[in-house]
Amino acid sequence: MKVGVVTFPGSLDDADARRAVRLAGHEAVALWHGDHDLQGADAVLLPGGFSYGDYLRCGAIARFAPVMTEVVDAAKGGMPVLGICNGFQILCESHLLPGALIRNDHRKFGCLDQTLTIENNTSAWTSAYEVGQQVTIVLKNGEGSFVADEKTLDMLEAEGRVVARYVGNPNGSQRAIAGITNEAGNVVGLMPHPEHAVEALCGPGTDGLGFFSSLGAVLA
Amino acid sequence: MSDASPATDLRIDTVAVAAQDPDREQPWADLGLKPDEYAEIREILGRRPTSSELAMYSVMWSEHCSYKSTKVHLKQFSDIPQVTPIGRMLAGIGENAGVLDVGQGYAVTFKVESHNHPSFVEPYQGAATGVGGIVRDILAMGARPVAVMDSLRFGPLDGSDASRDTQRVLPGIVAGVGGYGNCLGLPNIGGEVVFDETYLGNPLVNALCIGVLRHEDLHLAKASGVGNQVILYGARTGGDGIGGVSVLASETFDADGPAKRPSVQVGDPFMEKLLIECTLEIFAAGLVAGIQDLGGAGLSCATSELASAGDGGMHVELDRVPLRDSTLAPEEILMSESQERMMAVVEPADVAAFMAICAKWDVEAVVVGEVTDGDRLIIGWHGETVVDVPPRSVAHDGPTYERPYARPSWQDALQLDAAEALPRPSTGAELRATLLRLVASPNLCDKSWITDQYDRYVQGNTVLAQPSDSGMIRIDDETNLVVAVSTDCNGRFAKLDPYAGAQLALAESYRNVATGGARPLAISDCLNFGSPEDPDVMWQFAEACRGLKDACLELGIPVTGGNVSLYNQTGETAILPTPVVAVLGVIEDVTQRTPTGFQHAGDLVFLLGETREELSGSEWASVVHGHLGGRPPLVDLAAEMSLAEMLVAGVGLLTSAHDLSDGGLAQTLAESALRHDIGAAVTLSEDVFVDLFTESAARVVVTVSAADGEALQSLAAEHGVPAAVLGVTGGDALEVAGSFSLPITEIRAAWSATLPAAMGT
Repeated sequence: MKVGVVTFPGSLDDADARRAVRLAGHEAVALWHGDHDLQGADAVLLPGGFSYGDYLRCGAIARFAPVMTEVVDAAKGGMPVLGICNGFQILCESHLLPGALIRNDHRKFGCLDQTLTIENNTSAWTSAYEVGQQVTIVLKNGEGSFVADEKTLDMLEAEGRVVARYVGNPNGSQRAIAGITNEAGNVVGLMPHPEHAVEALCGPGTDGLGFFSSLGAVLA
Repeated sequence: MSDASPATDLRIDTVAVAAQDPDREQPWADLGLKPDEYAEIREILGRRPTSSELAMYSVMWSEHCSYKSTKVHLKQFSDIPQVTPIGRMLAGIGENAGVLDVGQGYAVTFKVESHNHPSFVEPYQGAATGVGGIVRDILAMGARPVAVMDSLRFGPLDGSDASRDTQRVLPGIVAGVGGYGNCLGLPNIGGEVVFDETYLGNPLVNALCIGVLRHEDLHLAKASGVGNQVILYGARTGGDGIGGVSVLASETFDADGPAKRPSVQVGDPFMEKLLIECTLEIFAAGLVAGIQDLGGAGLSCATSELASAGDGGMHVELDRVPLRDSTLAPEEILMSESQERMMAVVEPADVAAFMAICAKWDVEAVVVGEVTDGDRLIIGWHGETVVDVPPRSVAHDGPTYERPYARPSWQDALQLDAAEALPRPSTGAELRATLLRLVASPNLCDKSWITDQYDRYVQGNTVLAQPSDSGMIRIDDETNLVVAVSTDCNGRFAKLDPYAGAQLALAESYRNVATGGARPLAISDCLNFGSPEDPDVMWQFAEACRGLKDACLELGIPVTGGNVSLYNQTGETAILPTPVVAVLGVIEDVTQRTPTGFQHAGDLVFLLGETREELSGSEWASVVHGHLGGRPPLVDLAAEMSLAEMLVAGVGLLTSAHDLSDGGLAQTLAESALRHDIGAAVTLSEDVFVDLFTESAARVVVTVSAADGEALQSLAAEHGVPAAVLGVTGGDALEVAGSFSLPITEIRAAWSATLPAAMGT
């Protein structure tokens, strides 16, 4: 499978995301923010970082990047799209996912090994996991606190669209939500970083690999 | 100063005006120059300098840029053979950063630099731009920056009135280091945090960056090739940081002086990230003949150093420099320390391709001049010449001072006041309470309140990071080559004996690198001291340099470069002499490394090295008695080398290793147990107190599987390293036979509460 990883100015985890894609057995394709071109990718990943310096508001400028026209169209057409951290923020700003990510309740950047509970294994990016499975990956952000209005939160819960929840609540996210999916299950936003947990040597283990290997099941 | 206002008078000061008006009074003293320095500038030029030339000389001849008080001592580092235990140096002292061969066609560069004074004035921006500056230094060598570390020192955190200043400065500095480094996508893999009352009003921010390159990608800072174009690219030049090096880095703070804040630069890490990616793409395309970052002294430094190191002259049109503030005068543009700027020398045929890459990354780039066949650095301003100087006189041939130095009159009395005479705990309950008090003390407590604010995972190559003994980074996915770096310094030891103290800093850093299984290859240093005008301080500096040189010769590793920060004092009180030493090592096969902290229950715990009763300068003496006196622990470099060789040879056999330093065996056992909540039961000698709290060097605690005890003993014997079995890992407590038992939960509660409580979160 070809997985396109978008590099925006200020993207930081793009190389890591491409490595994770490769380790899961897929082909990684580097996509450029300024191109109206997904280069034939079967899935798209928006990586972490500080796109456009996170100026104005996290993800608010990246949403208007040329490549996002194609990403939004493809997502609406059912292509698997994963936004990690800043990528999640961009997906919310693009209205592909509801809610928003705001400043952590402790007001600091935090980098932790964080355990999550997988709550949905029918999305394009989580099928490799069992529901209820606990995975430990990396959480690192300053604006990672998920918020939405009560009605939206109730809807996400009722429709089973919370894909992962924090064990403990490290940043004040409403209902400890770490990641959500859209109605169709092809678009996933995840605040923590599975791409930093794909090798035994570097990072807190290999629990993150499943997010990338899940793709095979969907696309096969 | 003349009667005319500087705003009108200085602005039009060209070389022609200087010739016509030779006796104009100039503000050389306000710019930090001494009378004889000003006279020397007049002699070099054969006339008075223009205001722009005066600006350039003043910043370049500042202590920070010229090393004028220290180069007579630093030059001895060049006497150390420029080879590492496994290869050669590709670039040495005098370049932006030293570059060493690490095998398989790869080279590594690393450097530590201070940003002490700016970080007191404006903690966030001071620390942030310290990170930015060292990253550009590494980038200018042609290397991809792959990791940062930071070595921080603050005033007391003991609840006293003075602590309030630490509580102001620390969060800003930590947020600045994190805010900038996190945005660059560089993992922060370690460093130090130390508290001592002498750093009150003068915190130390030493930032380190590691870069990786292929041998053939090495770039040096020189302008050669007549007709080559000089391109300034990156951020626009503004009024921030004007005179930073002369005003801030080279003066002590004076309560009556003017506010210094405008001299601190303001950083934009997003711009720096673009600059890094843009520069790496330019390197990959082979478009650069020479390159220099703009750091301290800004354009004055970049133009004069590039021209001085090249084989010709340089002509620059200063009015082409993109400005943030159009009202800046030429001398202000030359002195500005605006961040995120680089200067490249590019062959004319490559300029278009260079500009295209800059445009791709939205980085502004302008041709500001060219390399000439003369031997002068000439700078024009709207068609008139404002600078016409021999570049070497600005950049490399600045003044040299043989500052007087002498062993302080108080040194003997200090060394006689030994901590070994202080009252000690003896009962099990007292020893238990002492251990708990020490693990909770500011220097020994959990630092995760700080380190959790740094991204240690980005790039996905972090093998070890805080709280391990060293930071370890895989240099890329294509190879199993890993570099390990540690920074260390115990300023109390350096105060008691600066020669031995500097060697102990080196020894600890060397040991930390070896503890993870890496072979130590080279050092870089950041020498933080008080005023060079004080003979006591100058003696400390001279002794520290001599100690480092002698130690490097004995260990067979070179000094690759370094940085000096002087005038670190408030009033008459200098900081503890703080020669921070960074040691870099390599592991050729990354699958083999030794982790920090107990990994499994049932492993045998060994203490390697010789234990002596050495309590002077220890954490125990400081925390329990507020005492500093006596002689520091014995330096035994031969023992350090044997120990390091054994640790490197023991990779695969050792299940964990953790060095002994501040706080002694007690702290090492506590940290080893805390890492994975695995306790240990140990049996010590009759003098449990000395065993636990002495700070003898050249010691490491290691564990091996129960079946490997004899293998460990024979490995130790082979290397001539004393090895004593202390006990066995396991359980949920640290038990010292016949003395006390301490549940890990109780240790953790004491250890982890200190910083959050002090910071109010």
